Amino acid sequence: MQSFSYARPASLDSAIATFAEGGEGTRLLAGGTTLYDLMKLDVERPERIVDINGLAELSTIDTSGDELVFGALARMSDVAADPRLADEFPALSEALWKAASQQLRNMASLGGNLLQQTRCAYFRHGEPFACNKRSPGSGCSAIEGLNRGHALFGGSDACIATYPGDFAVALIAFDAEVDVAGPDGERTIPVSDLHRQPGDNPEAETVLMPGEIIIRIRVPADAVGRGSTYHKIRDRESYAFAVVSAAAAVRLEAGVVADARLALGGVATVPWRAREAEHSLIGTALTAETARAVGEIAFADAVTREHNAFKVELGANVVRDALLIASGRA
Amino acid sequence: MSDDRKRTIEKRPWSITRRAVLASGSAVGALAAFGLKTPAMAQETTPAAPAAFLPRVLVSFAVNGVTQDIDLDPRTSLLDALRETIGLTGTKKGCDHGQCGACTVHVDGRRVASCLTLAAQVADREITTIEGLGDDEALHPMQQAFIDHDALQCGYCTPGQIMAAVACVHEGHAGSEAEIREYMSGNICRCGAYPGIVAAIRNAAQVMEG
Ligand SMILES: Cc1cc2nc3c(=O)[nH]c(=O)nc-3n(C[C@H](O)[C@H](O)[C@H](O)COP(=O)(O)OP(=O)(O)OC[C@H]3O[C@@H](n4cnc5c(N)ncnc54)[C@H](O)[C@@H]3O)c2cc1C
Ligand code: SF4
Ligand code: FES
Ligand code: FES
Repeated sequence: MQSFSYARPASLDSAIATFAEGGEGTRLLAGGTTLYDLMKLDVERPERIVDINGLAELSTIDTSGDELVFGALARMSDVAADPRLADEFPALSEALWKAASQQLRNMASLGGNLLQQTRCAYFRHGEPFACNKRSPGSGCSAIEGLNRGHALFGGSDACIATYPGDFAVALIAFDAEVDVAGPDGERTIPVSDLHRQPGDNPEAETVLMPGEIIIRIRVPADAVGRGSTYHKIRDRESYAFAVVSAAAAVRLEAGVVADARLALGGVATVPWRAREAEHSLIGTALTAETARAVGEIAFADAVTREHNAFKVELGANVVRDALLIASGRA
Repeated sequence: MSDDRKRTIEKRPWSITRRAVLASGSAVGALAAFGLKTPAMAQETTPAAPAAFLPRVLVSFAVNGVTQDIDLDPRTSLLDALRETIGLTGTKKGCDHGQCGACTVHVDGRRVASCLTLAAQVADREITTIEGLGDDEALHPMQQAFIDHDALQCGYCTPGQIMAAVACVHEGHAGSEAEIREYMSGNICRCGAYPGIVAAIRNAAQVMEG
């Protein structure tokens, strides 16, 4: 691991100033479960670390109002256990407790969670494998290589790495936003716009500007949340990233769908909202058949590779099952 | 909406206890508040001023009730600080990447993976390792239950399993076999001692809660 110098500011203002003063080669550290892991692999080589765990003002969890508000340093385990979230937004709570392990959830922050990086093995394990995300311009080993875990949506000729996180997938289904603060003040970004598709420069993963810190996540406390689920299919029962997942939410009126949300995980380069599939749900009565048809719409434009084509069939079934679970709660 | 929904983590029973107030008037004071000692030449600054980037860190935290003041390369993990610097080798290194749970310890009562925690991150916190669980008189009920239920073969994963299991019970996640399996899934046992581990936790949970 490359050596680095370490700073621990005690307030947001000081953190912004510290981050700006550090300049290029400076990274923020929250739980460290992505960053420190990748530093040990020499994928990340920061020269300076700004530890933001002293920013108590970013740890707030407030689910009492018309908007759910989570500080960027709220820990996954604490948010997953929030009683209102579990009752009224089961998809958000499930997306958290079905991720990682309780040890990691006690460490990992929501801000860091959104910005976690791909598990593509060529990216993580380095030489001799080419990887455009790790070393821009070197090529992509996955497109013709072992791509079982790689994306069906949002890929490019340069990179098909899957965005691995669960929580962001659930957040985009509910139109969540993040507030960020930097040297030029605060701004708001929809979570659905936070991550960049790889295009020609897969190393640029988000739209955050240099020096910006995520300070909170806000979710409209919409009634559609109650009839929701985060349905996650893994290679083992627990403690694994999604092979395919779906965040689904429905609100029913007189037995037919009046509002619907659908987002997919494990299958795209960014958290993926399946809008066309959502629209097709409105006015339908949900049965195994109609729900499966929605799943087929959601995967209609999938671009498959040698080892991941099975996810189209699996994905349509995951969407079906997610919609049925969600409507059972609606 | 009821008021109890509006709270911060700081107020929770298992929350981090800060020994010093955050709203310190100086960067030096603020660093000291986290058990991080700054070089003597550090200047008095305002709360909005940048914090100093330090090539080495002097970190103070308690391990099993004993305060440790250690001078570290900031790269050092809590796991390596415990094993190599402090000499407590009960906590094991399996994967060193947060994947196996062998390195599980408690920080202010919460279980974490010490391999993915920088030692500097836990300045001023209270760490409990497997060595601090029981006392001279008796094993912790979870340790005893692991023996009684044959919950190990080689024993390499065991300190991490036991630390995770104690936290699992305290969290209220040991209510059923299914719940134990879900909330213990971060601890891998290469020897496959899982049936004994689950039985030990069920049993110890009754003793601990009894
Ligand atoms: C073994 C293992 C299994 C896992 N399984 C899952 C899983 O099943 N599902 C899942 O979703 N995730 C999983 N994860 C990923 C885990 O959820 C993330 O590593 C974690 O959420 C990251 O949060 P953190 O606070 O530790 O981030 P850090 O590692 O501290 O930071 C991650 C990135 O975000 C940046 N950052 C952090 N906070 C901020 C902020 N406030 N503003 C701006 N930038 C910031 C950092 O600079 C860094 O680049 C797993 C991780 C491991 C190690
Ligand atoms: S898919 Fe992306 S991350 Fe993986 S090897 Fe190709 S360029 Fe690298
Ligand atoms: S050594 Fe820490 S989780 Fe494996
Ligand atoms: S007892 Fe050998 S790894 Fe668990």
